[in-house]
Order: sequence, then C-alpha cells, then structure tokens
Amino acid sequence: MTAIEVRNARKTFKAGKRTVVAVDDVSLSVPEGGVMGIVGESGCGKSTLARLILGLLPADSGDIVIDGQRLVELDRKARARLIQPVFQDPFASLNPLARVRDIVAMPLVAQGRFAKAEIVKTVEEMLSRVGLSKEMGGRLPAELSGGQRQRVAIARALVLRPRIVVCDEPTSALDVSVQAQILNLLAELRRDLGLTYLFISHNLAVVEHVASEVAVMYLGRLVEREPTETLFAKPEHPYTKALLASVLTPEPGLGVPDVGLGDSLPDPANIPSGCRFHPRCPIAEPRCATTTPTLKPRPNGGVECLLA
Amino acid sequence: MTTLLEVEKLEVTFGRTAAVRGASLTVAAGETHCLVGESGCGKSVTALSVMNLLVRNAQRRAQRLAFQGQDLLKLSDRGMARLRGNAMAMIFQEPMTSLNPAYTIGSQMTEVLRRHKGASQRAATDRAADLLARVGITAPGMRLGQFPHQLSGGLRQRVMIAMALMCDPQLLIADEPTTALDVTVQAQILRLLAGLQRDLGLGLLLITHDLGIVARVATRVSVMYAGEVVESAPTAELFANPKHPYTQGLLRCVPVPGKIQRNQPLGAIPGTVPRVGPGFEGCAFRDRCDFADETCKHAIPTHHAGSAHDFLCRLPGTPVKALT
Repeated sequence: MTAIEVRNARKTFKAGKRTVVAVDDVSLSVPEGGVMGIVGESGCGKSTLARLILGLLPADSGDIVIDGQRLVELDRKARARLIQPVFQDPFASLNPLARVRDIVAMPLVAQGRFAKAEIVKTVEEMLSRVGLSKEMGGRLPAELSGGQRQRVAIARALVLRPRIVVCDEPTSALDVSVQAQILNLLAELRRDLGLTYLFISHNLAVVEHVASEVAVMYLGRLVEREPTETLFAKPEHPYTKALLASVLTPEPGLGVPDVGLGDSLPDPANIPSGCRFHPRCPIAEPRCATTTPTLKPRPNGGVECLLA
Repeated sequence: MTTLLEVEKLEVTFGRTAAVRGASLTVAAGETHCLVGESGCGKSVTALSVMNLLVRNAQRRAQRLAFQGQDLLKLSDRGMARLRGNAMAMIFQEPMTSLNPAYTIGSQMTEVLRRHKGASQRAATDRAADLLARVGITAPGMRLGQFPHQLSGGLRQRVMIAMALMCDPQLLIADEPTTALDVTVQAQILRLLAGLQRDLGLGLLLITHDLGIVARVATRVSVMYAGEVVESAPTAELFANPKHPYTQGLLRCVPVPGKIQRNQPLGAIPGTVPRVGPGFEGCAFRDRCDFADETCKHAIPTHHAGSAHDFLCRLPGTPVKALT
C-alpha cells in the first residue's frame, strides 16, 4: 500500500517579473510505514513539496494521492484526519495565547463531531504519550522549553490519529541533547502507531538515522532517490556526493573536507540550461550545459545525471 | 605559542541569573579554541564579555581578563573601542543582522580601516577588495558597491570575515559563524577560516554547538554547561577520553553516519538545561546525571586527567559508559 504518491508535481511562484520554479516535475512514492527523507540546500523546494503534499498549497499541475485518495478531492476535515504536519519552529507554530491542552484539542474541535468529554480524554492520553505530564496541559507555550513545545506540536499532529506525518525540519531549532529526545520519540510513535513519515531535513546525519529512503532535491528537481543504505554507501549524483562530503562527523583529525562546489550559488529564478547543477558540478562536461538529463532508473530508485 | 587571551574565573550575572560562573580559558596565537555547549550555557556571553559588548544590566567580574597581557577590566571604553575591530575582531552568527542594510559593503568595510588606522578611502577600498578576493569572493569590485540584501547568506558571511580581517587582528572570535548556512557552504566557510588562521597565525575562539565542527577544526575544546567550563582538553583527547558525564552524553546524542545503528534510539540526555542563579552550589548537571548522588550538591573541585585535560566532576575517573 502506498501512503504518499506524488506524480509530476509542479509549483511555480511569481515574484514581480521573475518566475521561480520551486518544485519542477517531481514524482515520488512512500510506502505505508516508510520514512522518506528529503534533503537539499535552502531554496531547493523541499518545504514547498511538503506544503503541496499537506494540501497547504495547490500544485500548478500533477497529482498527489494520499492513502489512495486524490488530495484535491478531499475536504479539509478528511485531509486533517489523514495527514498532519510538524514544523521546524515550535515558537512560531503554537498559538502563544492558548493553553497546551487547547492547542492539542484544536484538531478534534475543528472536526466538530467529538463530545467534550471525549476530547478531554483523548488530549490527556496524547499528552502522556508524548511524554508531557497532565499538569503541562494548563501551561502556555511561553512557559515551555523548546523540546517541550515540539512535543506539544507532535501531540497536536497525532491527536486525530493520522496515517501520515510531514515533519519539516522538526529538530533543527533544538539543542543536540533535546534533538535526540525528539528523534527517539518520533521513532517510537511511528513504531507504535504505524505511521508514515515524510521527513525533511538539511542534517544528513539525522536523515540517515531516521529515514528508510532518501530523496535529494536540487533547484526544484529530485535528482537522486535511493534506499538510505544505498544512497549513503554509493551516492551516484555528484551533488549527493558533495552533500555527503560536507557532513562534519565528530571525528577529530579529519579536517574540513573540500566539497568542490565552487562559489556560483544557484538562483531559482534563473535556472541554468541543460543539467541545472552543471555550473557547480566538479565533473561537468560540455554536454551537461546543453543536454537536460532524464531520470535513469535504478533497482530501487533513480538518478538524474548524464554521467551516472 | 604566545598566549593572546586569558580569561580566569569569569563571572557574568544578569539580575538573578548567573550566565557565566567562574569560566576560565586561554587562546594562544595559531590556536583554535572551540567553546561548545547548548543554548543558554553561557558561551556567547563569555565571548561578549571579552569584547565588552554585554548589555547594560550585566555584571562582569573576573580574576583576570587580559589580551596580550593588557588588563581588559581596567581599560576605558575608549581604550576598548580602539582594540575592538582592530587587534581583536568578532564574527557573529547572523550576517544579515550584523551588517547594516542601508550602507554598501564597501562603505562598511572601509570604515573600519579608516577609523582604526586612519587610512585613506582609496587605500581602504584597495584593502577591502583584496580581502574579499582572499575570502573567495569573485568580482570583489562589484561586490563593494552592493548592499547586504543583494548577497546570499554564504557571501554575507564571507564579507563579515573579510571585514573582521581589515585591521589584521591577532584574535578572532567567531560566534556560531556557520549555523545559519547550508552544510555545503558551511564546509567552505570553515575551510576558509582554517586556512586564514593557519596563514595569518590568528588565535581563533570559535563558539559552536556542533560537535562535528569542533572535531574537525579545534586544537582545544572547552565544554560549557550552565555557565561553567565543565571539561577542557585537547581535541583528540576529549573525543577519545571524555571524562565529564555531560560531555559523554553530548557525544552519544549525535548520530554518526555509519556508526550508530538505524532504528536504535540515540543516547538522549533526559531533562533540560537548568537556569542557575548566583550562589548556586554543587554540580549543575546533577539532576540529569546518571551517576549523581548526595555529594554532588557540594562544591565540585577541578580534576586533572593529565595532558592539559581538566574536568569538573566529583568522581575522578567517572565510570565511563562504553561509547558506541
């Protein structure tokens, strides 16, 4: 069973006269119970892709199917029961004037078909499930630490028992000791509740730890997709190789690697011809500037590079 | 190696919060000293104390705070202003908020040199262009005429570094210089800093929460927790032989590609960093520590584990859990 199916999704934004292609003909599928990690630099379109899948933004073209149902055919309430987000900044994503228990209850209240007593009970269960005491329910977000706030955001995402959770940089704003707590909690909840995750992060070490499959995005394109072990052991796309080379593991004596990407940073409003990575690519050939690569299928994924 | 910066028993309080509690460290010429810890541990406040850039309600005390043997505690505001941006310079985390959006890169860069060294506009512009090229910015002449918002985050951080180098500083303090940047750009900026430091023989005090950065660039590491330096050692020694339970915990929290089994929980440290007031006694980590007992409520002596490796824990040779 496929939990998330994205077919040829495309999304553009207009900024004055410039058109930015944020997501360019992206297709991917995530099996039920899987964790799809999405990595790439800022501006590569990973958060836009998350918003398309959540139905927070309409796609210009293409199709998104969630749990066998086309996203455009679902109303808001049905969508909320299927798929929920956890965002990066728990300071910005929680209403500062609402108490924790009201924040977590909101998705239930919005459904408009649960009795009050039922809501109170469900919220209490959910709070204890994410490791918050009952007494925390009466607090305001400002009275909580970053890790506690992210637990509240997770409780709110799970209170309707969705099948799929889209985590957009869920631990980037947290300290390492708290990051580890939240990652462990997300793993435990996925196992216990049989959830499917779309996990967006710029931290490749975190993605390797949590994801079963990884998709690499560059300037709106999905340039490589493989099961996690394969991608980390044998990356094929030069951009994936550069990303992996830039990971600074805590191993003294290795120094800082030369990722060899040069200084020409990409402009999403002015996408290079041919392979859009060629101006930064350390192994580019003349044909890379003229020929647009297509996805070369691999047994469990694919890579979009002329030289692969 | 000549010692550039000496900080001994630094105390900084903001009203009823003790931000730094008796922290000591030194930075020598040609050395990269990394100050590592989680948010609120006092690492940025330590750096700001050295530069005397603390907010007004902060109280700064220290047994010694000296730069090249000169006592910074006794220095007048004007004396400090002569050093700041000159012999000791600082790079901040967010290049967008630390550059003035209303002035061009060129006018902000040349101002430093004209102010401190009385250089002519022309000489200052030449130097600014040289340094921009040196930090890997192509077409420096064009960049000098641009405004900060016209540059990408990586370029802005390079501009900040170039600006800090305008007056040939001996000591460079970098507070999370790559946190706001992508990993690929981060690697480029850190390579650049390491190269400059090697070529110019700078003393670098690098503040970060990222143990990966620490491992790759530091010569010496000090771990801060709740305002104290709880462990300090040469880099290889600290990673191979962490003594303080907090350091050990931090190292277990970081997923290391290829080292930690997937689907295995990470070694999280339970609880959160406490806020500590003045007069707090004992070990601030005791509520989160696996090895704590009653004696941790009393003052903790410094233990020496040899080879310039010091730590603050009552247990000399704390039982070390096997690190995976």
